[in-house]
Amino acid sequence: MEPILLRARGTKNSRSIAAYRSAGGYRAIAKALKMEPAAVIAEVKASGLRGRGGAGFPTGVKWGFVPKDSPKPKYLICNADESEPGTFKDREIIHVDPHMLIEGIAISSHAIGANVAYIYIRGEFHAEALMLEAAIAEAAGAGFLGKNILGSGFDLEVHVHRGAGAYICGEETALIESLEGKRGLPRLKPPFPAVVGLFGCPTVVNNVETLACVPHILERGGAWYAAIGTERSTGPKLFSVSGHVNRPGVYEVAMGVSFREIIDGLCGGVRGGRALKAFIPGGSSCPVLPADKVDIGCDFESVAAAGSMLGSGGLIVMDETVDMVWALENLLTFYAHESCGQCTPCREGSDWALDVVRRIRRGFGRPQDLETLERIARFASQGMTICPLGDAFCEPIKSFLKHFGHEFEAAIAAAQPLPAAKTPVLPLRSGHGWYGS
Amino acid sequence: MMDHARTAPLTVAPPEAVAEVRFDAAMEAQIADVLTRYPNPQAALLPVLWLCQERWGWISTGITRTVATRLGLSPAFIEGVLTFYTMYQLQPPGRYLLQVCSTLSCQLCGTGELVGHLKQRLGIDFGETTPDGRFTLVDVQCLGACGEAPVVQINNDYYTELTVERLDALLDRFE
Ligand SMILES: Cc1cc2nc3c(=O)[nH]c(=O)nc-3n(C[C@H](O)[C@H](O)[C@H](O)COP(=O)(O)O)c2cc1C
Ligand code: SF4
Ligand code: FES
Repeated sequence: MEPILLRARGTKNSRSIAAYRSAGGYRAIAKALKMEPAAVIAEVKASGLRGRGGAGFPTGVKWGFVPKDSPKPKYLICNADESEPGTFKDREIIHVDPHMLIEGIAISSHAIGANVAYIYIRGEFHAEALMLEAAIAEAAGAGFLGKNILGSGFDLEVHVHRGAGAYICGEETALIESLEGKRGLPRLKPPFPAVVGLFGCPTVVNNVETLACVPHILERGGAWYAAIGTERSTGPKLFSVSGHVNRPGVYEVAMGVSFREIIDGLCGGVRGGRALKAFIPGGSSCPVLPADKVDIGCDFESVAAAGSMLGSGGLIVMDETVDMVWALENLLTFYAHESCGQCTPCREGSDWALDVVRRIRRGFGRPQDLETLERIARFASQGMTICPLGDAFCEPIKSFLKHFGHEFEAAIAAAQPLPAAKTPVLPLRSGHGWYGS
Repeated sequence: MMDHARTAPLTVAPPEAVAEVRFDAAMEAQIADVLTRYPNPQAALLPVLWLCQERWGWISTGITRTVATRLGLSPAFIEGVLTFYTMYQLQPPGRYLLQVCSTLSCQLCGTGELVGHLKQRLGIDFGETTPDGRFTLVDVQCLGACGEAPVVQINNDYYTELTVERLDALLDRFE
């Protein structure tokens, strides 16, 4: 496939507006501003574009939920929080081609009738926030942002808003709370942000990669885009590949190519000539898959049929040396740390599950521990919590036990009883327990 | 890997200097600019706290009180926000804040070894600062650069594909 989102990678000064324009950039906005918003939305619907932030919701359909008759201002938020472990593609887009994102934001704002857009970027991405601010200033200087863009009468301000360290602020309603100056506590839905979002106004939240697709769709047509990939998972997709491969990094593929092609072909195979043990296809919240699933396609449907999720496309590769009890302990450390604490099943369940797995790995597992883990995973998922972070820590638990339960059983079978003198009800929690001890 | 000529040390104000704080004209101008981006002052809270942290290195209760007055919010509300996020420093950090990614992809690529070495070299544990005020060591969750693991963020800069030797060479340069 010809590179689309990463076409500028390797070009000199690719972040400059001059480089972007000489590659044909900012032609799509001129075209889109001559179209009615409804026609722009129709084109995006025709492309079949589905959100790249994790859920895969059809973008054009989401835009269509914004009420047209509302007297309130409307907002577009670009989600650049990129905190899902294993995911680093949005950072790549910002590094390589920030103007593609700015043009996508401008077209999308026109489509939903927003005159203010915010880019919410994770606080750690300091360099990237500056890159975006520089691109915004250049775009405004060239008349692609600001008042009366290209004489169309359409006004748009774009602001970069930095987060301050909290995974949960990637969840769209927590992001909105955070942008409003509060703690990032997810809101109960409905109402959905399209109706009651930022400052109580209709709001669309889209991922960086989603918005970066928009200029291409407008420029070359929804049908062109829909012809890439599979029937229901259209377009190019960025995969962030990390872990035990020879060439980790961000790769652009047509949806549907196999994970084997990505791991063995693009990434040069598993490091050190070792065998593949497992992979997480779409970021840490997606169920882990064993090596024998590596021939499935990297599209929403194929990954779902194999029992996982495409998520954000954060592909984490683990070789035969990885202790799966160790890996699950690491992931649960993440979720226990990142739970916002509003819902008891998530707040208590993530800590409790971490304690149990930690105990198993320290050699003090008990026969009933696996059942306990399964029970926690049942209680904290499937609609028992305000936001999907509950599912996000339960899916790893369920899938690690399903595919690698024998490693947990072996660890429990090899365990000694807890020393009687200091048998705690549960081992003590500690934020810094991961290393060393 | 990204290489930085030099990561600037943080300006870290001692507690007595930020027991009571007044914003000067330069700070007021920056705040006024931030306020134009939002329909209400509360939404400017995170950016204003960032401005303060850039200026003083951390957020003291004195700073919190001044921000509260300036934005018309209660100090308790701001305290709630400050403690929710991990990046606002509530105590003076060292001049170099070593933020070691401890999440899966980095761990798969050898972070454990870096951490063992760092703790030994600096003689401190996570959450601690060296007695000379140079380094603070913290463990953080995925930094979103997993393809270049292992990753350590030092102040604002990412250092990637680190080895013990490269890390040592870096730390030698920091004053
Ligand atoms: C716990 C959690 C974390 C999330 N983190 C991110 C993130 O870092 N970036 C992102 O774009 N979407 C993230 N999402 C998904 C957003 O809620 C939202 O669905 C997405 O930004 C919508 O954009 P899209 O339709 O373009 O995919 C997260 C969701 C959850 C539940
Ligand atoms: S599920 Fe977890 S992260 Fe989500 S709102 Fe509830 S406690 Fe917070
Ligand atoms: S796991 Fe370390 S940067 Fe993502």
